[in-house]
Amino acid sequence: MNKKAKSVFNGDKVFRDVLFLTAGFIVILLIIIFILLIHHSRPSIGAFGLGFLFRQRWNPGSNKFGALPFIAGTLITSAGAVLITIPFSISTSLFIKEYASSWLGNLISHMVDLLAAIPSVIIGMWGIFVLVPVMRSIEMILYSHFAFIPLFNAPPIGVGLLSAIFILVIMTLPYSISITRDSMVQVPVSLKEGAYALGATRWRMVRSVIIPYCKNGIIGGTMLALGRAMGETMAVTMVIGNSTRLPRTLFDPANTIASLLANQFNEASGTLYVSSLIQLALILFIISLLINITGRIIVHKMKMT
Amino acid sequence: MKEDGMKESFIIQVRGLFAYYGRNQVLKNINLNIEENKITAIIGPSGCGKTTLIRCFNRLFEMAPDSSSSGSILYKDNDIALHDPIDLRREIGMVFQRANPFPTMHIYNNVLAGYHLNGRHLKKSDADRIVEETLKKAALWDEVRDKLFQSPQRLSGGQQQRLCIARTIAVCPKVILLDEPCAALDPISTYRIEELMLTLKKDYTIVIVTHNMQQAARVSDYTAFLMLGNLIEFGLTNQIFTSPKNKRTEEYITGRFG
Amino acid sequence: MTIMMLRLGYKYQKFQDRLATCVVYFLTFLTVLPLFLVVGYIVLNGFRHFSLDLLIKNPAPVGEAGGGVLNGIIGSVIIIVIAALMGIPIGVLGGVYLAEAKESRFKHILRIAVEILQGIPSIVIGIVVYLLIVLPMRGFSALAGGVALAIIMLPVIVISTEESLRLVPHELKEAGIALGVPGWRVSLFVVLRTGLGGVISGILLSLSRIAGETAPLLFTVLGSQFFSLKITQPMAALPLQIFNYSISPYPEWHSIGFAVSFLLLIFILTINIMTRTVIEKMSYKRR
Repeated sequence: MNKKAKSVFNGDKVFRDVLFLTAGFIVILLIIIFILLIHHSRPSIGAFGLGFLFRQRWNPGSNKFGALPFIAGTLITSAGAVLITIPFSISTSLFIKEYASSWLGNLISHMVDLLAAIPSVIIGMWGIFVLVPVMRSIEMILYSHFAFIPLFNAPPIGVGLLSAIFILVIMTLPYSISITRDSMVQVPVSLKEGAYALGATRWRMVRSVIIPYCKNGIIGGTMLALGRAMGETMAVTMVIGNSTRLPRTLFDPANTIASLLANQFNEASGTLYVSSLIQLALILFIISLLINITGRIIVHKMKMT
Repeated sequence: MKEDGMKESFIIQVRGLFAYYGRNQVLKNINLNIEENKITAIIGPSGCGKTTLIRCFNRLFEMAPDSSSSGSILYKDNDIALHDPIDLRREIGMVFQRANPFPTMHIYNNVLAGYHLNGRHLKKSDADRIVEETLKKAALWDEVRDKLFQSPQRLSGGQQQRLCIARTIAVCPKVILLDEPCAALDPISTYRIEELMLTLKKDYTIVIVTHNMQQAARVSDYTAFLMLGNLIEFGLTNQIFTSPKNKRTEEYITGRFG
Repeated sequence: MTIMMLRLGYKYQKFQDRLATCVVYFLTFLTVLPLFLVVGYIVLNGFRHFSLDLLIKNPAPVGEAGGGVLNGIIGSVIIIVIAALMGIPIGVLGGVYLAEAKESRFKHILRIAVEILQGIPSIVIGIVVYLLIVLPMRGFSALAGGVALAIIMLPVIVISTEESLRLVPHELKEAGIALGVPGWRVSLFVVLRTGLGGVISGILLSLSRIAGETAPLLFTVLGSQFFSLKITQPMAALPLQIFNYSISPYPEWHSIGFAVSFLLLIFILTINIMTRTVIEKMSYKRR
């Protein structure tokens, strides 16, 4: 029975159409991105098939390409960085929310946001001139005393996996902290007060109430940070040493997919070479997509409880 | 305006109105008439459908998700469903429970919001005149005349509510719907708004939803008592409060429940 | 005996608590430390090598001292403007759609699309725009760089716009509707107008973010030694210059790199601090 009267100029309809078109444009954009990547990877996929993922040799001269060193580089640096980030992000979030007074917590929170705002290339620059020499000294020490551990058994040159991991830690910390902080905000005050009322110390309360409650948020947040770390390009490129060989120790120079693209894409020529690089980009896209989706689902699960 | 000496004119007539949220029936077979230039109060316990009812009058109800209705409401003898809803709302205005002046406009522009938001820009002389007249009618002029260009957030709750009334009056409606306008206000502000309504009724038809029975008794000419979506009783306020015909009306009024 | 055990147990709890507090403070300190290390280093070195020449001259030929980054400054501005002209309208409209339209399957799809778009590594976007624009145009251009940056800022603006609009109380919308204002006018002149502070701060933050983006420019703009205003040609950009100068073997270029980093950093941090303090104070807060 609810009939809407007709009007002469339907501003509502025009408005709705414009919004809908814009939304449609965004969706189509995403589809185009996907299609372009797949289309230009086809030559390489055709030439190497699934083995591309496991082949080690990257030789533009002989037109033989394999993704393994770069997938390994990406996974090792990102996973390593994210794992190291976990205690720092939990501690800082706890500090902001539970341990510090309100103005101090706010201050630290803003400082973390500022850290996030520093462009990757500037952190990379700091990496080249400050971090790498320092890492070289540290690696020297590790090499001279702990070379029996295979991870450290290589001449230390400063650039390499370890430096890349270190710089990735700095870059992903702010993101990781913001997600952990968001999940901690959701802990109901009544639960916290209940623990205190039972005579718990602050640490006890954190351990028994906050951490279990935020478990999903922390795990999901870790995955999201992992996804972020894998896409990090500039800072990593500037300290990872640019090698196309599979790294065997922490001191070896290497490349992530992102840093390889940054280093080689502009100079690449020849269909198979370019196509292999694009296939790498596609692989990076898909891996980070899957990890991001998993992370979102886990974080969402926490919001539902 | 009486059409002839005997027949009263009803500016709003409700015929067999049913309203639903999804499968939840909120109003059941409502039939009543709102008389022009009178104050009609709608009372009843929480959840009885009073807010839903007046939201049907200005077609705000149909904008809620999952809402549907049947039956008809006539405004000036025309079915409002056939009316352009936007024009309808310029004739039937609404004041809400919590004062909601637009925070990004100062007081002067808030009063004229009905024009500005519709893209109608007035000459300064007309604008000044409308602002002064409506603020006077809303009994707010003296209090804000020298702060017309300040933010409405600085006003008290009662002043903000009167500002919202002024805003509604500025577009010259015929009917003003008030949804528990004093619910968030202190007794003195409440009293002032009740006084305001008594003066406004000369020029406008007023329908007020209230859960405050004393307010209904003080202010209104007619009262409708709703319970669980049913119209239990409707009539002159005097009669409803002194000799209600329905037992449930009597129980509600004497405070046995609600 | 029991009381003593309880007391010991409690003492252990207190010890744990104090230890935990120390660890939390220490790790937080370490977390914030890089901010000071990096900013401090860049500011010190950048300030030392900073000169007004930097802002008014173009780069000197290799090996020669002096020169500046005027082409990079102008280039960055042009590229950002191109990106903003595309990214802001589409982003804001997308955000308005998500905040105002009825829930539907399409809206759900859009949300997912925006999420995915946000998670795409910026270098992958650079490659896609290379395929999409540089190849057909047969050359690098500032335009392509602008498109790449627009794609990067798009999801950020959509999400922040939607969030800001959702904060606007429903009652204000109803007030507008009750006055007989058509829906589209309520969306624009009431909801958007009220949430504008949040929308603008989201836009400013995303602008400061793309100002520092380098990866997407590598394969789209390419960079240049020369001053150019032609948007269909390669152009210089500050982040690219920082990158190229840092990895070069010439100390003179390193100094310029520091100075430019200093410039860019100050610009970005200023916008960030300003946005977070000033504009958020100005935007609508519920009483």
